[in-house]
Amino acid sequence: MAVVKLQRPKLNFGEKIYFGALIKGFFLTMTHAVKTLRGKSVGADELASSGLGVTMQFPEQRWDEHLPEYYRGAPALVTDEQGRERCVSCQLCEFICPPKAIKIVPSEIPSDDPWAKVEKRPLEFEIDMIRCIYCGMCEEVCPEQAIYLRKDYLITGLKRADMVHDKKKLYEIGGTRVGLVNKWNELK
Amino acid sequence: MSDTPSATAELKLPKDQATEKGLVNVQIDGVWHQFPKGTRMIEACRQAQVIVPHYCYHPKLSSPGNCRMCLVQMGMPPRPTPGQEPQRDENGYEIIGWIPRPVIACANTIGENMGIRTTGELVEKCREGVMEFLLINHPLDCPICDQAGECRLQEQSVQHGRGVSRFVDMKVKKPKNVEIGPRIRLDDERCIMCSRCIRFMDEVAGDPVLGFTQRGAHTTLTVHPDRLLDSNYSLNTADICPVGALTSNDFRFQMRVWFLKETPSIDVNCGTGTNITIWTRENKIHRITPRLNDEVNSAWMPDSHRLNFHYIDGEARLTEPLVKSGSRHLPETWAQALASAAAEIKAIPAAQTAIIASGRMTNEELFLTRALAAEIGTSQLALVPRLAEADALLIAADRNPNTTGAKLVLGVEEPYWKLNSIRDGVRNGSIKSLIVLGDDLITDADFTAEDLGKLDFLLQTSVLANPTAEQAHIVLPSAAFAEKRGSMVNLAGRLQRLNRAVEPQGQAHDDWEILRDLILALSGGKNEVYHIEDVFKALAENVSAFNGLTLSKIGHQGAQIADTGYQIPLLANERARKAAGLING
Ligand code: SF4
Ligand code: SF4
Ligand code: SF4
Ligand code: SF4
Ligand code: FES
Repeated sequence: MAVVKLQRPKLNFGEKIYFGALIKGFFLTMTHAVKTLRGKSVGADELASSGLGVTMQFPEQRWDEHLPEYYRGAPALVTDEQGRERCVSCQLCEFICPPKAIKIVPSEIPSDDPWAKVEKRPLEFEIDMIRCIYCGMCEEVCPEQAIYLRKDYLITGLKRADMVHDKKKLYEIGGTRVGLVNKWNELK
Repeated sequence: MSDTPSATAELKLPKDQATEKGLVNVQIDGVWHQFPKGTRMIEACRQAQVIVPHYCYHPKLSSPGNCRMCLVQMGMPPRPTPGQEPQRDENGYEIIGWIPRPVIACANTIGENMGIRTTGELVEKCREGVMEFLLINHPLDCPICDQAGECRLQEQSVQHGRGVSRFVDMKVKKPKNVEIGPRIRLDDERCIMCSRCIRFMDEVAGDPVLGFTQRGAHTTLTVHPDRLLDSNYSLNTADICPVGALTSNDFRFQMRVWFLKETPSIDVNCGTGTNITIWTRENKIHRITPRLNDEVNSAWMPDSHRLNFHYIDGEARLTEPLVKSGSRHLPETWAQALASAAAEIKAIPAAQTAIIASGRMTNEELFLTRALAAEIGTSQLALVPRLAEADALLIAADRNPNTTGAKLVLGVEEPYWKLNSIRDGVRNGSIKSLIVLGDDLITDADFTAEDLGKLDFLLQTSVLANPTAEQAHIVLPSAAFAEKRGSMVNLAGRLQRLNRAVEPQGQAHDDWEILRDLILALSGGKNEVYHIEDVFKALAENVSAFNGLTLSKIGHQGAQIADTGYQIPLLANERARKAAGLING
């Protein structure tokens, strides 16, 4: 690998003794302190916080409405408009998952099932939420748009076993997702 | 390969040098090589370590040349006008005139001074074109297709595909998920019409039930009306199908291949000793496929043998030592079970003790069995013969995988003949104590429960629960073929290795360890054998056929150690086809 030499910026005397920066920082902090005491800090209203208006009283108060669109919470499986489970148990997410949180037992769809032409679906699908690092790789790798990181972040349990989301729980969290590619349509 | 002209000797042309050896000169991607006459271009490239992408070509089958994936550019020296000397380069090779159109490498044979280009714009464009045509009607099935991960079409699309389809029309619909035989599922939309399966059934299995119907984009692979693809070799078609058109019902949707670990080993269902690969994930076997060995099974294996592994983690598996108390068997620790076994064996005179070993044991286990017989002091040692019909391809009449090994290790011509006298001994009461290693006497050796009931002591080692174990006083759980290491000698005298693909289930022990521990429990000696390599070493020192060998020296392709004169019928067929020039590999 080529070695790139970086030129450090030249500092003048004032910068070298960093006294100016200290004072700047002090004033910044003080401005926020005064704003807070006057109840004018950022997000004070929406968080409807208690006391001085800066501390959110979790869990009575939640920040759920403030979650950004791109928030990555618990991964979950979704069904489509027709109620079909989108996952075909291709096991790519199981393969890509860095902490090996996913475990899938694939199975064949019986021939009398309305979706028999899809041929394959998971018999069991487990995500160990103790292991999951919310990286979103499963969502990215899924060729069937079947797994998404939803906004659920409160994943708790009293036992290790409680922390393993099985197929039922995953569909519960995931729910229905509309507007995705409908690959297994009548033309297929 | 250039010749340095010397002052005295006349310059010899590369052409003449090659002809002397019966070879021809071929330039592949700019490098000159020599190959035997009659070699196919694709084989020559393979031997020169240049991979030509292909679908329909299979070294063990004829080459119809119908997929066109193997197109390469070819060149020959231009034919000189009469009286004109051919032009040569400084090394004496004639100057190659390149043909502007591509040729298929799989069905054309090489010629003297031929040039082959497997790269370049022409070849690359051909491959891209063929790939685009193949993918026009191909379904987007990879997520549900068992072949994904070992699919040639996927691999070549990565290298030569476009990534995006330009095809705007509707794809052709074909039958999907068709049961064409008891073990094979067909998906016609995925078929790329390479005809490998058709040729295999015709040329190797000798049961030509597959064929194409329709034409063009509607070509459909199908099974002959009123027939099924039910040959005992049908699963080989799933192995050679380059795509997921033919898949195995047994392996269907069990596991993705990229999770599987491959362990090379050998099949133990008959004396042929077919080379296999065991595919496992964690401690579970998911499938078994044949492994190439030109001296044993070529590239094939019978279905009945490859599917015979589900018992390993099945219901009947024995997972802990059992000792009979009253009419029931109760679990016991290994140490206790071995100690009581040794005490019981010692309590009965050696003359009234017999050992019945198994032709399914490895050489190492048989060697230790010999030591066990010596330790007890009995000469009553026999194996259980297991004969059935041979199938004129790979399955041998002798269903014991190690009869030849038993002959060599035990040093007897006929390891089975004492079985009758032992059976009589048990019946007339002259044998009171019986050690049965691995085999089920009631099912396989004409013993009855009543016979075994007469014994004072019956010890059995076994993988599965069985009627003999039912009668045994002590049952020791042993390891299945995929759980142990060791070696066996096939009917043709080839020494081959078993490898451990999975750990033994539960508390089951490797057979050689059980034998070693039993011998130690009898003798009260100190253990000096810790590895199977140690056992093999002792075997190699004691039995002349194994002299100078070690387990690692055997290698994955085996080593010929005896000449038995046995011919594997499938190999004879294959060699005949090769001699006739029908196949190349
Ligand atoms: S978010 Fe990451 S860690 Fe969690 S299940 Fe998906 S791939 Fe695994
Ligand atoms: S990658 Fe998607 S389709 Fe494949 S197993 Fe995971 S969730 Fe199912
Ligand atoms: S045959 Fe290959 S390319 Fe076609 S669906 Fe199966 S894995 Fe995909
Ligand atoms: S089923 Fe497979 S092996 Fe047979 S012709 Fe089609 S692609 Fe080739
Ligand atoms: S491999 Fe040559 S045409 Fe198919």
